[in-house]
Amino acid sequence: MKRKRVMAAVAVASALAVGLTACGGGSGSSSTSGGGGAAFNAAIGKVFNPSETKGGTLRFANSGDWDSLDPADMYYGYEWNFARLTGRGLVMFASAPGQEGTKLVPDLAQSLGQSSDGGKTWTYKLRSGVKFEDGTKVTSKDVKYAVERSLDKTVFPDGPTYFNDFLDLQGYTTPYSDPSPDKLGLKAIETPDDSTIVFHLKTAFSGFDYFAALPSTQPVPVAADKGADYKKHVVSTGPYKFSENNLSKNFTLVRNDQWDQSTDPNRKPLPDQITVQLNVNADDIDSRLQAGDLDIDIAGTGVQAAAQGKILGNPAQKQNADNPVSDRLWYAGINGDVAPLDNVHCRNAIEYAADKTSYQAAYGGPTSGGDIATHLLPPPTQGSENFDPFPSPNHAGDADKAKQELQACGQPNGFSTNISYRAERPKEKNAAEALQQSLGKVGIKLTIKPYPTSDYFKLYAGKPDYAKANGLGIMLTGWQGDWTDGFGFLKQIVDSRVIHASGGNTNLTVKDPAVDALVDKATTTSDTDARNKAWVDVDKKVMSDAYILPGIFAKGLLYRPANLTNVFVNDAFGMYDYLALGVKK
Amino acid sequence: MTAPMDVPGDAVQAEPEAVLAGMGKAIEGRSLRQIAWMRLRRDRVAMVGGIVVAILVVTAAVAFVLDRVFGIIPTATFNQSLIDPDLQIPKGPLGGISADHPLGVEPVNGRDLLARIFAGSWVSLLIAFLSTVMSVVIGTVLGVVAGFFGGWVDTLISRLMDVFLAFPLLLFALALAGVVPDNAFGLSGDALRIALLIFIIGFFNWSYIGRIIRGQTLSLREREFVDAARSLGARAPHILFRELLPNLAAPILVYSTLLIPTNVLFESALSFLGVGVRPPTPTWGGMLSDATQYYQIDPEFMLVPGLAIFITVLAFNLFGDGLRDALDPRAR
Repeated sequence: MKRKRVMAAVAVASALAVGLTACGGGSGSSSTSGGGGAAFNAAIGKVFNPSETKGGTLRFANSGDWDSLDPADMYYGYEWNFARLTGRGLVMFASAPGQEGTKLVPDLAQSLGQSSDGGKTWTYKLRSGVKFEDGTKVTSKDVKYAVERSLDKTVFPDGPTYFNDFLDLQGYTTPYSDPSPDKLGLKAIETPDDSTIVFHLKTAFSGFDYFAALPSTQPVPVAADKGADYKKHVVSTGPYKFSENNLSKNFTLVRNDQWDQSTDPNRKPLPDQITVQLNVNADDIDSRLQAGDLDIDIAGTGVQAAAQGKILGNPAQKQNADNPVSDRLWYAGINGDVAPLDNVHCRNAIEYAADKTSYQAAYGGPTSGGDIATHLLPPPTQGSENFDPFPSPNHAGDADKAKQELQACGQPNGFSTNISYRAERPKEKNAAEALQQSLGKVGIKLTIKPYPTSDYFKLYAGKPDYAKANGLGIMLTGWQGDWTDGFGFLKQIVDSRVIHASGGNTNLTVKDPAVDALVDKATTTSDTDARNKAWVDVDKKVMSDAYILPGIFAKGLLYRPANLTNVFVNDAFGMYDYLALGVKK
Repeated sequence: MTAPMDVPGDAVQAEPEAVLAGMGKAIEGRSLRQIAWMRLRRDRVAMVGGIVVAILVVTAAVAFVLDRVFGIIPTATFNQSLIDPDLQIPKGPLGGISADHPLGVEPVNGRDLLARIFAGSWVSLLIAFLSTVMSVVIGTVLGVVAGFFGGWVDTLISRLMDVFLAFPLLLFALALAGVVPDNAFGLSGDALRIALLIFIIGFFNWSYIGRIIRGQTLSLREREFVDAARSLGARAPHILFRELLPNLAAPILVYSTLLIPTNVLFESALSFLGVGVRPPTPTWGGMLSDATQYYQIDPEFMLVPGLAIFITVLAFNLFGDGLRDALDPRAR
């Protein structure tokens, strides 16, 4: 869900926030309805201001705009979070605080997927009684059609490509040129009856339920589909439907009278109406939040620097803020193609010499930057384990150890190499300068090279030939998983088989067949706990190769106006759970 | 130099004080240059501008020697102990001003602002000066040739000017700065980036001065002294370089002083957009670019490079204006 953000977001490089929860879920029994229990981080890991009171208008604002309101064409975390208000996919992330929110629960389906054929076939049974907003019954064919249309990346370029990559398509490309009269010619999805849908995959994949949680499984009636124009009126199956939609300006949701609570154990919609304003100045959003004129900044990435100063400096405001850690990692790839970094000891020297505190400062410090990372899997990821293969006092770098590694590498006086970053990202520039400082202390001289953000992966750092020819020994980047398990986070950044010579890679530096083998093992393990363990093994192997210098796990400062009820951070999205929110009237 | 630089009558009429000032003493002949210098000296605003320009140039020269030859300006030293860890801005008032750091320090890494402004001065001014020289040389040569020869030569050069005027310079600069490799033309690192900026700014700005010079040449070539030279059998090169060019000295000089501040700003704009000199080498535009993230919580960081650019541009503009008034009083 958030992969695209990593590659395309320009303006705000700050964190998507996700709650790190030590204490389990459960509602915050301590907080009273008066909001007297307000405290810093009160909505992390528990429900703040719990309420069952219905009514009122929930007001969102967005400093940007949706990729598209079409469920087939969205890739931002906040869009997937919000899409659950108007549509019901086969499976969804639970609307629950903390790590509970990363668990999948059946939504349109009666249960999670039943796999057969060793994980190559997945079957879902649909609940009965679910209707579109016009009263038509939802059938498995509507789900099949929704997935079919999401395959068409020329009409819907922004959505994820997991169905394209994993379904046994047999050449099927799009329902828009489908010769069969019902437009349901795709053989990889079968609908033996109106309440059953069967997916056939090319290769076994144990985490298919995560695909079934993509918004593109929200049913779309063939008759209402107008291709790219469907976003003008998305047909609702959820508790809210669009009553007004001015693209790029604002839209309004009202209750969907065809939605039936008895078919839906996951949703308890509180507000009567939801308004969303688009393309509002980010600083303006912050001041309106603080003034109580707005309820939620929908992007969920945290307030801007100016508002952060005001909030942290004022205890009365700080108690209305949350500072969760996200499943985003800012890191530096260490390029084994560039001599002398082909020697693991030279890579180890970088790992030891790097001063993580200045890396952290570069991204905004402990509050808006994040927590220092010593491995890859972020804390909200299921089964993530904390370990530090290259320890140093206060994470400030260990020059002695680094020099020993340089000796072992045959470069006792250090060496020179280049560090690349995205020119439009001041925080990455800060990080490049910080690494230049700390590595310079052991004799590793870095030349700083900025490249345009838009082509960073396509032409420069993400193009193996270019990176090698131009001696990019260290490449700054960041990554956020599409969902919070090992596959969602690690697959695209450590599997060497996802690297294409033509560029556009997100795995910049990790090329180790042993890692690939571990990835395969983890991908096909069906037991969840064993699978999570297997992903930790991948994490450990990549770290021992020293192909990645982890920087920080990102955090953001979220603000919740006193007006909001039922507020909590959902770890799956790293922001407030939009399905649960209510307002005081 | 021949006749044209001698005082034509109208210059004296235009500035009778100049003549009156000489009364009481023996009347002495003054060259145009002397008169212009007298006028310039009386223009206090221009003189202040001129003095500031001189100080800036000396500062930049000293900075270059200290920075590049001796490498003793601490532009890259981090002082993270001076930074508030929550907000990542300097502790204390006014951007962390203290005895050790008279202009304060940068947010995030705490580098000294005075050191960076000082070291940045030579980069900014060097680029501005050399790119101006480049524009002026190209513009003058092509402008004189176009104006003097006329005909198809003029048509060709004028259309070329139109092309350059219509050129989306900023986009081109962004593209070029992006594709040039790290080692080219025997240069690398900062030297290459600076040379590239000089080329981009200088090569694409010549058409403005070219048009002005062409216009001046068109009117000058019809003047009597050119006819006289021609009737005496002077060839084109002689007329071009010995008769016309000296008369163009005033507009060239004035335009150059006005072009320099424009180029300081342009360099800033390119650095601001991230295609200028690479970090950690400081430039004023680059510092201003860094400051945009912090302008609400640490405005002092933006103020320092902003003021440096402002003062430089203002000083050059005031001096250039004064110089124009002094050299060409009719244009007042």
